[in-house]
Amino acid sequence: MTPFDSFKNPDLCRALLGKLEAALDKPMRFMEVCGTHTVAIFHSGLHSLLPSQLVHLTGPGCPVCVTHESEVAAFIELAGKDGVIVATFGDLMKVPGPGGANLKKAQAEGARVEVVYSPFDALALARDNPASKVVFLGVGFETTAPAVAATVKIAREQKLDNFLLLSFHKLVPPALRALLADPFMSIEAFLLPGHVSAIIGLAAYKFIEDYHVPAVIAGFEPVDILTSLLLMVEQRKKGEAKVVNGYPRVVPDAGNPKALATMYEVFKTSDALWRGIGAIPDSGLVLADAYAQCDAFKVLDITLKESKPLPGCRCGDVLKGILKPNECPLYKKVCTPANPVGPCMVSTEGSCAAYYKYQL
Amino acid sequence: MTIERVLLDYGSGGQASHRLVNELFLKHLGNAVLSVLDDAARLDIAGPLAMSTDSFVVDPIFFPGGDIGALAVHGTVNDVAMLGARPRYLTCGFILEEGLPIEDLEKIVASMGAAAAEAGVLIVAGDTKVVPRGMADKIFINTTGIGEIFASPAPSGHRAAPGDAVLISGTLGDHGLAILSTRQGLSFDAPVASDCASLNHLIVKVIEAAGDVHVLRDPTRGGLATTLNEIAGQSGVGVFIEESLIPVKPAVAAGCSFLGLDPLYLANEGKFICILPEANAQAALAVMRADPLGADAVRIGVVRAEHPGKVVMTTPLGGQRLMGMLEGEQLPRIC
Repeated sequence: MTPFDSFKNPDLCRALLGKLEAALDKPMRFMEVCGTHTVAIFHSGLHSLLPSQLVHLTGPGCPVCVTHESEVAAFIELAGKDGVIVATFGDLMKVPGPGGANLKKAQAEGARVEVVYSPFDALALARDNPASKVVFLGVGFETTAPAVAATVKIAREQKLDNFLLLSFHKLVPPALRALLADPFMSIEAFLLPGHVSAIIGLAAYKFIEDYHVPAVIAGFEPVDILTSLLLMVEQRKKGEAKVVNGYPRVVPDAGNPKALATMYEVFKTSDALWRGIGAIPDSGLVLADAYAQCDAFKVLDITLKESKPLPGCRCGDVLKGILKPNECPLYKKVCTPANPVGPCMVSTEGSCAAYYKYQL
Repeated sequence: MTIERVLLDYGSGGQASHRLVNELFLKHLGNAVLSVLDDAARLDIAGPLAMSTDSFVVDPIFFPGGDIGALAVHGTVNDVAMLGARPRYLTCGFILEEGLPIEDLEKIVASMGAAAAEAGVLIVAGDTKVVPRGMADKIFINTTGIGEIFASPAPSGHRAAPGDAVLISGTLGDHGLAILSTRQGLSFDAPVASDCASLNHLIVKVIEAAGDVHVLRDPTRGGLATTLNEIAGQSGVGVFIEESLIPVKPAVAAGCSFLGLDPLYLANEGKFICILPEANAQAALAVMRADPLGADAVRIGVVRAEHPGKVVMTTPLGGQRLMGMLEGEQLPRIC
């Protein structure tokens, strides 16, 4: 028995589920925007236990899934260049690009692609391969961006000139704003991501209150998730719509100022492309001018080209909560983890992959 | 041996090869059949027979709880035993990388000898090739095993039937996590040893005590989840298991949580799944629990007709979800 076991306690969960059921007087559509939440809700069995009135939507919370088609095309093209070693987290290996290309196939055709477990491993790769340019693919939200920023700083301090970053980092709050501003959207509450929030804190979400949508930061154990869902449902019952920290044991209201300072020393915000959503102002992180010599876009002259969406793929509608994964016409018929059409079926945290893997 | 490292000459078939065979392999593996050193082994064996082959490329070659040599014996002995057979003979093929320290080779071969003796099998034929440095990673071993099937009818992945109980002989994920904890680049120190062991003696006891055992399988690569899915598919049944009943050592659970892995997908090298009529389950469990290799044996679920081809997990919260097969390898080179 560890202190964490109490956050999985079945009796406590049953009591919370009962309260949740009692507090729901009409249906409520809530969206989580974190791949870890997606998996946690399915893996724990909560998805099958939530009151039927509480509709679970999976939003743009999996960094691999929101990476835009043109960004995928750019890194696959990069992998084919002579003298380049691409260092990436394993999740990106099978993400399909134009014409069914992916990094795994590029690797089989001779491209040097190395799967790393941490951005620091890419530094070691740069040290061991001084004649090559080692390009780390920066895909992730505020959770991973500070560690990548620290890696860039170390590379510069150690004068590892052959270490480059291709940053596709994205920021969660601007995406939430875009979803809320979309007139077709029907999200009635947000379950906010615990890990991202541990970095950015509570204030970054305050704008959500202007849209009269309750939003609660949640942890990842069943008791954490249910507690935050209850805070969310009770707000609506009382006619409130506030941003609330339901995960105070990990998330300080002020976030992590040190991590944020490192992130904004190395990066600056820019407009970014999100799959299925399109361009969102100030939603991306690119390297600041002071770190231009580490910027793969500049050093290797990479530009994002117009890229057609994958034919038939409705990952975009899934990411916006318009479509549930099992409502997509391709789901399980054409699109499977073995033969993914879109990224939501590739990533282990993708909503389609989670449905495929866990849904009875 | 007087030299310190394996040279290319040692796979040549000439005098150097002979020295390696006589001074190292026969010393640890020699027996009345192998030591004849004819082109083939002459065996006295009666059918029906079970036969299996496996190649071992585990990295690292020495790990907590075992090494590639012991693993190469246990792995094939277990595969043969899972058919309700008494493993009798093994062959082994070695691919050695030039420069492998002889001391390491000797440790591995000695460990194979000890594992074979414990399992009661004879290694009756072998082959050694040496490849230039860089063309293989230290040592690869293939073993092929043959045994006499004594169970009638023999267990098979096709025989799981609605109403059967699903038993597991002990804790899951030990081997996978032990290997992982030693991998370079993962600075992670878990007090976990591989469970690698030959299960053939225990299998005999289980079948003698329980009578008709429908399915025996060792959940190696892909772990419990993958193996149960294979059985569900082969038998066309649903396998329903209770997550809270599945035994996982606290250190393995903690390590997996830290690394983002699921112990139910990690390899095991000394455990087996036993599916048999409910009426015989208690007798099988009693025999397992009386043996050190089955001390943690438990009943984890039941076979049903619903959801054929699927494994359905009831979570501790009482929710239900699928437990699917892995799409790719969770970790390469674990055996």
